[in-house]
Amino acid sequence: MTRIARSRAALTISLLLTLGAAATRTRLLADDAPRTIAVTARRFEFEPKQITLRRGETVRLSVTSQDVQHGFFSRPLKIDADLAPGQETQVLLTPQEAGTYTIICDHFCGAQHGNMKLTVTVE
Amino acid sequence: MDHPLDRRRFLRIASASLGFGALYRVAPLAAAPGAARTLDLLGKKNGERPAPFSFVQLSDTHVGSESPANPQGTRAFEQAVARINALAPKPELVLVTGDLTHDSENAAEHADRMRAFRRIAGGLTVPMVRCVPGEHDAGLDGGSLFRDAFGETSYAFDHRGIHFIALDNVSRGKPVVGPEQLSWLHKDLARFPTTAPIVVFTHRPLFDLRPDWEWFTGDGDQVMAALSPYENVTVLYGHIHREDVHAEGNATHYAARSLAWAFPDPTSGAPKKPVPFDPKSPFANLGLRLVREGNRTAGARPGVEEIELRLAEQNNLVGMQQFLKTGETP
Repeated sequence: MTRIARSRAALTISLLLTLGAAATRTRLLADDAPRTIAVTARRFEFEPKQITLRRGETVRLSVTSQDVQHGFFSRPLKIDADLAPGQETQVLLTPQEAGTYTIICDHFCGAQHGNMKLTVTVE
Repeated sequence: MDHPLDRRRFLRIASASLGFGALYRVAPLAAAPGAARTLDLLGKKNGERPAPFSFVQLSDTHVGSESPANPQGTRAFEQAVARINALAPKPELVLVTGDLTHDSENAAEHADRMRAFRRIAGGLTVPMVRCVPGEHDAGLDGGSLFRDAFGETSYAFDHRGIHFIALDNVSRGKPVVGPEQLSWLHKDLARFPTTAPIVVFTHRPLFDLRPDWEWFTGDGDQVMAALSPYENVTVLYGHIHREDVHAEGNATHYAARSLAWAFPDPTSGAPKKPVPFDPKSPFANLGLRLVREGNRTAGARPGVEEIELRLAEQNNLVGMQQFLKTGETP
């Protein structure tokens, strides 16, 4: 192999390694991106009513109120969000301890408001 | 030289559960050493010697509710009015700690429910009735209908040396008091010495009783921080439809039963659902029972709680009425 050919080969390998590293990094970023769970809020329920998460896993709850002002609150999960009608609210959550948690609507929305809750199971 | 009455307890609020509410008796401890002298001192300073009185707390009448857990409608409320009117000595004050009415999507219907409450409560023959809203009264309209029917949602007044503070933790929709009311509270309290006996009445608990049942107030810790320098603080609230006593710092928090339905014990593992109505014992969960010290109904649970109010002596002791009249601080 001539010197030029060796240089071209080295450049190609370097390029491939770089591209490979970039691809790996992109894949890692994709893997790191939190899982998104869509949640809808309407009087007097959240949908879904229950979600299951892994301990230490970061998830993005994308919560949308379909009707009136709602709240999204859990003391142990440190969540306290306001859900304006028609707007999407992003809540990042990384539960550290296994267990069952309840997220409630804490903005009074009518007679059955007290029943509006989302159960979070952390395994 | 310290005054000989330093930190002696001489005022007492005794709370007797009446089943339909709670009766509080505020009385100087006549038997306490030095009490007579303290009363004389307050009398001279105030122009009015402290005198015993009693008041009643009612809560969560939910007028207009058609819940299966409350098929009797306002029957318990009406009985409570009759029982209070029959009390001797007659209470001087009735405090209603929220959810006077059940909410309605129809504002006219909700206003009718407010009028129905006023009609029934209007049968009380006590001199004063004071109310705070619950979320079912004020959570949907920011308290507009409540204010039309009952006046402001937060305020303060004084009665026989006790400073009463009505706090609204419902009309912002969320369980909060809010920065404006907190600011007002700080200004209101600044008029009083730390020995002033204070009774706060509100709807939701001001501490984390059971946040996942919405039994809390988000900024309740700020309210209690404002009250923390005061030595004699009693907080009366409703919302949880059952009795509860919680002591923290200088404050003791008392929840009253509902006049519509009961919620279960939150530590029992039961879900947050009304205790089912039992037609064989229509008032069982509301506990229509009358307890009087020294003359308890046979078989009734005593349920008497006593809140000792300590009035710390100060060299420049002046009574509550004096502060109110002159704005002086000792």
